Amino acid sequence: MNNIIIYIETEGGRIADVSLELLTKGRSLANQLSCKLEALLIGNNVESLSEELFLYGAEKVHLAQDKRLEFYQTLPYSAITIELFKQEKPQIALFGATSVGRDLAPRVSSSLMSGLTADCTSLEIGGHKEAKSGKEYNNLLYQIRPAFGGNIIATIINPDHRPQMATVREGVMKKEPLEKAVKGKISSIDVSKIVTDSDFIVQIIERHIEDRKVDIKGSPVIIAGGFGVGSKENFKLLYDLASVLGGEVGASRAAVDAGFAEPARQIGQTGVTVRPKLYIAVGISGQIQHTAGMDQSAMIISINNDPAAPIHQIADYAIIGDLNEIIPRMIKSYKQNSK
Amino acid sequence: MSKKFKIVVLAKQVPDTRNVGKNAMKEDGTVNRAALPAIFNPEDMNALEQALRLKDRFPGSEVLLLTMGPGRAAEVIREGYYRGADGGVLLTDRKFAGADTLATSYALSMAIKKISPDIIIAGRQAIDGDTAQVGPQVAEKLKLPQVTYAEDIQGFENGKLTIKRRLERGVETVQCPIPAVITVHATAPDCRPRNAKQLMRFKHARTISEEQDNEHNSYLPLNTKESLRIPEWSVSDVGGDEINYGLSGSPTKVKKIENIVFQAKESKKLTSAYEDINSLICELISSHTIG
Repeated sequence: MNNIIIYIETEGGRIADVSLELLTKGRSLANQLSCKLEALLIGNNVESLSEELFLYGAEKVHLAQDKRLEFYQTLPYSAITIELFKQEKPQIALFGATSVGRDLAPRVSSSLMSGLTADCTSLEIGGHKEAKSGKEYNNLLYQIRPAFGGNIIATIINPDHRPQMATVREGVMKKEPLEKAVKGKISSIDVSKIVTDSDFIVQIIERHIEDRKVDIKGSPVIIAGGFGVGSKENFKLLYDLASVLGGEVGASRAAVDAGFAEPARQIGQTGVTVRPKLYIAVGISGQIQHTAGMDQSAMIISINNDPAAPIHQIADYAIIGDLNEIIPRMIKSYKQNSK
Repeated sequence: MSKKFKIVVLAKQVPDTRNVGKNAMKEDGTVNRAALPAIFNPEDMNALEQALRLKDRFPGSEVLLLTMGPGRAAEVIREGYYRGADGGVLLTDRKFAGADTLATSYALSMAIKKISPDIIIAGRQAIDGDTAQVGPQVAEKLKLPQVTYAEDIQGFENGKLTIKRRLERGVETVQCPIPAVITVHATAPDCRPRNAKQLMRFKHARTISEEQDNEHNSYLPLNTKESLRIPEWSVSDVGGDEINYGLSGSPTKVKKIENIVFQAKESKKLTSAYEDINSLICELISSHTIG
């Protein structure tokens, strides 16, 4: 009762990284609150995954197994989660901000009339004093997230409703196994008592892997390469950086013409115009035809070994040097410093 | 006899946070709202297109927009008309103020009950909050199934919609009976452009409040024709328990707001040394530009 429950997401028989990251965070929150850390695992033949959850500090795994639960479906999964939360009354419940977590968590919060904060970038424990009533609260979950297109950072609390629910994106929290697994318990949920046939009215008729269409316009971070990147192989570095920072790769016309990147990524007068929060221009000289499509970006970093390249003029930070050295260092630094 | 649907599209008027240029922040680092125009939330536009495509395929269907917001949000209904919708309702009341996603979903669900549609379609999320919570919460309040992240509503057969969903690592096709709530992903087709005839016909569509505001505005026709009246609904029109609306219906409270300060800056020169790069990355993380 009044513990922390992490919703465990699985895919293809393994636990999603985001769930292990949340367990790691949940451990430190549970320490601060002197409560227990528990996991909710739903699926078909997933019991063996519990060992890994114990290694990440879960003291109890609530296990719901049924052959109809092979793939995530909103209605049966939310019915199980809602029922468990009603019984266990967790004070905090965390979900990955994935297409599953963001489908499930709001449904659960609506049913329980508890608050939910999406895409938190930080979770802390703290107190609160209500200005009007003077009522004081201790040990609330501070749910910290960017809003308004990233222009403000808001701290959200749920003073009077439980569980305090939040979703967190993959890669935001650190993932750290314990040296030795805790001796945890498995508590089986009787699925047939909760789930009914009417929970399966939405049927999955097909699933397959399909690459997403390129959408550089909507990306808050863009890593763009020019002719100076040198080759299609070198562009891989840009993709690595983009995936670490959660951005997209763009390209100048010269890089597209040279076959380094596909036309859908072209930025500039003859490509798309972008205004991301962060634009990193790599090996781009900075011709007006290119800068016209990106000079309204909130922050620009240029990477170019030519100190006289015009791109440095419009950049907030100009890094003079070799991209093959600089980009791996950026990735290393980001991995070390991000939570 | 061909099937006819009554479709409600949930749409929100939002500040255009995507186009945050350098002038979007004031010198003190706060958001310059004047530099951010109010727009039709982009994914709600994708949702409207899916509704209009259903109407194309099933003639006689009706597409209605439902929006919640202040008086000026009536613009969302007009924009819907211009692109082929058949009408809409503005849900507006001071009692809605301070609503979080749950109180918003409650208000929308009460209005939807009054309209009683076959299909409810919304954008996945609004760009001012990016929560993606209102769609699933409306579905739960109405005890309806939900299909999130839709990219294409492909057809309707034997009482079920076939819907293609866009997930992180692939696509999924599902069949869902109606009534249902569908949220539409940005990768769905863009909305069709405004139709000139619809524009001429509906540009004077007004809510009663707008008419009252414009009483002294001589170039606008007084007394909007009944067919051009955009209905405004308040709490008393949709009913429900007042405690569930606005601030009192919102479990989440904002404790603190911190503006991201963008300093006016000139180009800083850095070398490729690890120390330089590390301090830059740390700065970007602490200013929440990345991470």
